[in-house]
Amino acid sequence: MDITKLTVHELQEKLSKKEISITDITKAYVDNIEKYEKDVQAFITPLSEEALEKAKELEAKVEAGEIKSNLAGIPIGIKDNICTKGIKTTCASKMLENFISPYNATVMEKINDENMINLGKLNMDEFAMGASTEYSYFQKTRNPWNLNTVPGGSSGGVAAAVAANMVPWALGSDTGGSIRQPASFCGVVGLKPTYGLVSRYGLVAFASSLDQIGPITKDVKDAAILLNVIAGKDEKDTTSVNKEKVDYTKALKNDVKGLKIGIPKEYFGDGINSEVKAKLKEAIETYKKLGATVEEFSLGIADYALATYYIIACAEASSNLGRFDGIRYGYRTENYTNLKDIYRNSRSEGFGEEVKRRIILGTYVLSSGYYDAYYKKAQQVRTLVKKEFDKAFEKYDVLLTPTSPTVAFEIGTKSNNPLEMYLADICTVSVNIAGLPGISIPCGVDSKGMPIGMQLIGNKFMEETILNAAYTYEQETKFRENYQPTFKGGAN
Amino acid sequence: MKVSKEELIHIAKLANLNLKEEEIDTYLLHLQDILNFANIVNNAKVEGLEETIGANDNYNVFRKDEVKVFENNEGLLQNAPEKERNMFKIPKVIQ
Repeated sequence: MDITKLTVHELQEKLSKKEISITDITKAYVDNIEKYEKDVQAFITPLSEEALEKAKELEAKVEAGEIKSNLAGIPIGIKDNICTKGIKTTCASKMLENFISPYNATVMEKINDENMINLGKLNMDEFAMGASTEYSYFQKTRNPWNLNTVPGGSSGGVAAAVAANMVPWALGSDTGGSIRQPASFCGVVGLKPTYGLVSRYGLVAFASSLDQIGPITKDVKDAAILLNVIAGKDEKDTTSVNKEKVDYTKALKNDVKGLKIGIPKEYFGDGINSEVKAKLKEAIETYKKLGATVEEFSLGIADYALATYYIIACAEASSNLGRFDGIRYGYRTENYTNLKDIYRNSRSEGFGEEVKRRIILGTYVLSSGYYDAYYKKAQQVRTLVKKEFDKAFEKYDVLLTPTSPTVAFEIGTKSNNPLEMYLADICTVSVNIAGLPGISIPCGVDSKGMPIGMQLIGNKFMEETILNAAYTYEQETKFRENYQPTFKGGAN
Repeated sequence: MKVSKEELIHIAKLANLNLKEEEIDTYLLHLQDILNFANIVNNAKVEGLEETIGANDNYNVFRKDEVKVFENNEGLLQNAPEKERNMFKIPKVIQ
């Protein structure tokens, strides 16, 4: 039995039957990291030794009955923009290359309360700005399905590590698709929760009104289990919402009879690759066969959503990243004589090109003279986007779209053309603008064997509905049993 | 809208960023490209619509104004590029 091929709920079962031990699990993952990391490059800070020690310690405590959590000893990977006390949190930036957080993000407190084991901090685009993880200051992560292609982004290291079985599951963050799009590229499950369901405290801010932490997992049930752990109101994040605690695994009914699925036709237009479209159409047929009703409709805002997203996200980023000044933490230039020099030179030397580009764009759309034409307009369009979704959810329970217009593209093909890279987010951004939950699950592979992702969008706080829809499809189609990454390519 | 070189340099200055002479043309090209694309928002029918500032409708979230001591001083200061005793150190501000 290859332990690393099991899902977390399968691991839990074997642990409770004492068929395997906590150390067996951690050891198996550490071995896989040893084996695949040189090709995949998913980790910024691997914690293999610490994890093995922790496993031993937890095993003794569980044995002695001191720990009750049924997630004790389950390993996890963490995106490197989530603060981990005493462990580097770099945001894949030179700016934070040596930053050690003095506190834990709220989600890390919850992970630690369950006594899970942190296997390491995972690669991403610098400050989560990108769709390919090529904008990491440290390394380019490679897609386990074809090492010459990108894993997507910005949570590229996260999705690649899960796909390569180097971690059983992981936490990512999603501002405009950064969980869902890499999950789609790497053939795994990625859930972006409703804005406010999960505390953002300790997530290094990119665009505060759009950011949300969520799980990347091997299957839908694991996503529900991890969401159970991280969801909840937090007094340290005033945008987190007080909701009654639900057990998301209870929503997985394996039944979509009578479910009303809306297909926004704008997401099946010319810009979407034909093989992607074909697989999505098959998925739609599967849902019909399973008893869901499916109807095409027009979501009028699709054209505006991407532009609106980049205006709002960059505006917020330009403000959020103002804190990096070389004084209290982060990179400080060696080249200064006065305070102003420290600010400007530290920022100019510490930030990468894409981050600077977005700060400049954000500063531009907020500057006097352009505020009304761009930022104010974008905020009004945001209202329009929310209204359009509200209308759609009066008729449908779930909206179904591709997660990305294409499968994973080759490394180096888009990194010099920012606008083309931005277009990779076209199917995912409107979900963040409206603050909705969205999940990406694999729905097949293209003619070259690369995974294709399907996105299911739900109304606010209707995670249970999209999880059940995703789960039912997954049970019917069994993607993981039919397809596994091959680690081909990568000679160059 | 057309962005001039002077405007780009001004914006970069506002954002506390230096642009090297050889970088300016590329930044200008990319910024122009993105703005041309972003202009599409001006076609949206938004007359009379309120601006949305957040993803949920939370409004004025209050809590008691109680002091909570953050005890990990050492953890905070270990990240300081330069410090003296228990303080962050910066160059002289008033010449």
